[in-house]
This record gives sequence, C-alpha cells and structure tokens, in this order.
Amino acid sequence: MRLYSIFVYLFLYIPIGVIAIFSFNAGRHASQLQGFSTQWYGKALNNPFVMDALQTSLTVAFFSALFASLFGTMAAVALQGIKGPLRTVFDGLIYIAVMIPGIVIGIATLIGLVTLFDLINPAIAAVWPEGVTAPKLSMGMGSLIAAHTMFTMALVVIIVRARLAGMDRSLTEASSDLYATPMATFRQVTLPLILPGVLAGFLLSFTFSFDDFIIAFFVAGSETTLPIYVFSSIRRGVTPEINAIGTLVLAASLIMLVTAQILLRRGEKRKT
Amino acid sequence: MDKGEYTPGRDTGGKKIIAELRGVSKRFGAVLAADDLNLAIAEGEFLSFLGPSGCGKTTALRMLAGFEAPTEGEVLIDGEVVNTLDAHLRPVNMVFQQYALFPHLTVAQNIGYGLKQRRPRLPKTEIAEKVANALELVQLQGFEDRRIWEMSGGQQQRVALARAVVNEPKLLLLDEPLAALDRKLRKEMQIELQNIQRRLGITFILVTHDQEEALSMSDRVCIMRAGKIEQIGSPQDLYDRPRNRYVAGFVGSTNFFDGKVAGVSAQVATVTLSNGQDVTGEAVHDVRPGQDVTVSVRPEQIRLSATAGEDSLQVTVLNRIFLGEHTEYLVRHDSLGEFLVLAPRIAELNEGPFNTGDVLRAFWDPGAALVLENT
Repeated sequence: MRLYSIFVYLFLYIPIGVIAIFSFNAGRHASQLQGFSTQWYGKALNNPFVMDALQTSLTVAFFSALFASLFGTMAAVALQGIKGPLRTVFDGLIYIAVMIPGIVIGIATLIGLVTLFDLINPAIAAVWPEGVTAPKLSMGMGSLIAAHTMFTMALVVIIVRARLAGMDRSLTEASSDLYATPMATFRQVTLPLILPGVLAGFLLSFTFSFDDFIIAFFVAGSETTLPIYVFSSIRRGVTPEINAIGTLVLAASLIMLVTAQILLRRGEKRKT
Repeated sequence: MDKGEYTPGRDTGGKKIIAELRGVSKRFGAVLAADDLNLAIAEGEFLSFLGPSGCGKTTALRMLAGFEAPTEGEVLIDGEVVNTLDAHLRPVNMVFQQYALFPHLTVAQNIGYGLKQRRPRLPKTEIAEKVANALELVQLQGFEDRRIWEMSGGQQQRVALARAVVNEPKLLLLDEPLAALDRKLRKEMQIELQNIQRRLGITFILVTHDQEEALSMSDRVCIMRAGKIEQIGSPQDLYDRPRNRYVAGFVGSTNFFDGKVAGVSAQVATVTLSNGQDVTGEAVHDVRPGQDVTVSVRPEQIRLSATAGEDSLQVTVLNRIFLGEHTEYLVRHDSLGEFLVLAPRIAELNEGPFNTGDVLRAFWDPGAALVLENT
C-alpha cells in the first residue's frame, strides 16, 4: 500500500519536477539537459510579450480576488442569518459552483456576455449623442475579471462560512449586550474574527485566477493572460523559457497557497 | 389574571421595582419555554432562577437581556416596556456561561468594550480609569495587556464580570457563571460575587441549577419547573415553607413519605402513611381529607434512639458516614423504605454512635414534618 502511494505521488509530481529542472537547462532543447544555467529566467523576464501577459494576469487576478473576497464575505455573512431549507439550497448551489468544470463556466460566460453585449450595445448607441462614437462593450479585461470573480467567489463563501460557523454565537450576543449596534458588532467582533478566512479566500482566489487558462481562453477577447501566452507559444515548440515561466508561476502559486493555509491555521488557534 | 390578585412574585416589600415580568410567555415552535411568568425584581436585590436544565430559567434571563422577545406578556425595565427593544439599547449587562470574551482583544479592551460604544464618546482617559477600577474590583490589577487565552478559567470569569459591571447596568444578568469552575474556585467566587454585589448595589439576577449556589448567595430564589414559576421566596422561606414536593426536593435534602390525609385542624394535618401509621405535620398549604400528599421530614430533624415510644418508626441502620459535626445515617424501614438521618455531634455523644445493623426507633417532633401537595 505504501509503495503504491509512493508511485502515485511520483506519477503526479515527476512531470512538474522535470519542468522545474529543465527550466535551469543551459541548452536550448527541452529534451536534453546541457548543464546548469539561469539564462532562461532572464530571457523570459526580458520578453516584452511575457511581461505584458504577466501584467494582465496580475491585474485580473488582483481585481477578481478583491471582488470575490468582498462579495463572497458579504454572501457568507448573509447566509449565516438564514435557516432551514432555503439555506440548504444555497449551500448546495455554492458547492456545485465550485465543482462545475471550467469549460462549462467558460462557454456559459461567453454566451451570456455576448448575448448581453448584443442587447446593451444598440441601447447605448441609441442614447449616445449624435456625432460622437458610442462606446462598445466587448470581451476583454472587464469580462475576464467578471468571470474570474464569479467562479472564485464560491471558494471565499465556503472558507468564510467555515470561519463563521466556528465562531461562538455568544460573542456577537455579548457585543450587542455591551451596547454595540449591529454594524458596530460586525466591524469590531465579526470581521476581525473572520479576517484570516477572508485573506485566505483572497489568496486562493488570486491563485485560481492567476492560474486559470480555460475560462480566460473563452472570455479574454484580445487580452492575453500568462497561461494563454504559454499555451500559444507551446504551439511553436516547448522551450526552456516556457519551463522557466511555468516554474515561476508554480512557485508563486505555492507560496500563496501556503500563506493561505498558515492564515487559516493561525485563525483556528486564536478562535479558542 | 385579576389585577388585584396577590401574586407573591410581585411583592418586593415596598422597594423600588427595577424590572418586572407581567404574564410573560415564550414559545419556540411547539415548546412553551416560559409559561405566564409574573415577577417583580427590587432594586439592589440578588435574585436567582433555580431549576433543572430546560425549565425556562435561561429563557427568562434572555428575555430580560433582549436576546429573545416574549410571545405574550410584558417585560419591563425601570418602568418601561422593553419587549422588542434590541439588546444593545437596554441598560442591562450579562455574564455569559462560557464568558464570551473577545479573543482578539486584550483584557483591558474587553472590559472597556461597553464604554467604547457610548455616544457621545467618553474620553479615553475616563475609559482607562474606569477599566482600571473594574480590574481592581476583581483583583486583576496588572493584567490589562494580557490576551484572553493567556488567562486561567477563574481569571476569565473575573474579566467577564468586570466587563459587565464596569458599565454600571441597572440589571446584571449571570447565566450559570460559575458552572465551568472547579469546586474550590466556585466557593471563592460565590463569596466574591456577593461582596461585589453589596459594594456596588447593582441588581443581580443569577441563573443556576445548583441549589447551594442559589441559596447561599440570593436574597430571593425563584424556583422554576417546565416553564412555570413554582415558588418565589427567601432561601429560608423556601426551606421552611415549601409549596409542594418539587420545591422541598429542590431546596436542601429531605425525606419524603407518601400518605393520605386523615384529618386537618388549624393547619395541622394527620396523615396515614402507606404502612398504616398516622403521623402529624404542618400543612403549609391547604390540604383536604382524603387527598394524596407527601410528608417531608428533613434529615436533621429526625432523631434515632434505641428506646422510644410506640408511635416511632422501627428502622435498621444500613450505613453510617461520619462528617465531623454531623453523622449521616442511612436507615431502612420495612414498609416505608430507606431514608436519611443527620445526627448532630451532641446527640451522638448522648446516645450512640450506632453501627450498621442496629435496630432502632426513629422519630421527630410534631412540628418538624411538613405535609405537602403531591406535585
């Protein structure tokens, strides 16, 4: 059994390890190791296309994580006040939202947004003053952020819900008993206690958005995120430069996931 | 209910009424948690709600705090109906069972929390001063900057108390505040609570299932069962003149003998016990001839002797526990069953000590037995 699990782990992690190792390859072929070098990292970071895509990815990830943690926290707090079958329905929908394949979200978002733009654009054009070019809504940064916010929000809801559920209900009662208005209670008691969960949700959302290829591919329009850039350059052959980018993305993601875990653990301890 | 009717719960002996329950009921779905509660609480008194879990005592407290609204009736604080007034607007503070201290704040921030919410804002120096005084009151000087999880259970209890009294509330509600402490600490805190209550003159309302706690600390005890108030009175009142079997069993330990009333004259009832023997006892409340009743006799009022008259009970000593000042005997009567006798040291020196297996006579003074309703 132990041997078996070792093989499973090897199977999972060897390809990733190979990418990391080959990113330090001195030669220019992806299949032959020719000594150690960090030149591909330098090349990747000096490539204006890479830097452009990276900037797009970071912007999308930051804003979608921000919106997701804001709206997700609001949803979680509101759900806390609901009881009975309605809550079960909402809980179910949230979990389903996490499990829906990215490709389904991608297609659905694409169709939804295109239909929406087709409806809205003529309306905007109609009310726009004569002689000025009316703005046209289209796929791009906005749709990327919206789609990523949507699919990462469910994650935030689940994480914050777990924190809220673990919070002693008598704490908010005590705050209310000590003359704090409901708003003051939220600000002074609830929010500080769920903050580790909110931050962890932010980091996870950031990571998911940063790493996402499938949904971005559908709704990016003319924008190029880093995963989309990597995908398109792979069609011209795998170079160590791609390996270097992959390794950087992997390292950044791992750091954020570990930070999120630490935040959740710390919060867990302080709760009691 | 008739407005003029005398309700013992409404009698505060002429003192100012600070809080009142008027025909208050609370329903949770199909469960009637509080059933027509009538009670007036005098300013500065220490009142306890005593009863087993689920008897409605916590519900009564939560309605005073503002966490539950009554289904029927009125809750009054300082002469105003506060039925739907939110908890944060009531001049009432609570000490929670698990303390509910804010884990992300320091001890001083916890205690100052209520003061910080005041509008117009209190000056920082005034808050600091009041917090320091409260810490001194509960003997926790120097703990200002400690974190809650660095404190022991007893210290947390003190912080919770300080956090409530620092606001000088009109009512201080205590929900089983000592339940989480060990026995020795509980004793100390009982005395301390009483001292603090006397020093501050704040009205304390305590909820507890521990009869000793309720009896030792309170001016009045309100005994509850199944959402209803069974009896309200001073600890001594409840001990000497319980209304029924339930109250007698809840206040102190006692022996019960079932029987039927044979005759009543001037509050003295003659009861035929199940073995056919007649005993007399004081009828605290009206009983009718032929009614099934319970005769309650406190263990310390029963005496044991090898030589006693025919009207005493013949018993066999089953067990003897030496308690120092008293000796506790468990004795058995052939048809009435087992009961407890508490013999003071002085009686032991006179006659005894008795040993397991001794056959003796047990008897009590005519006034020592109480004839109670069988409920």
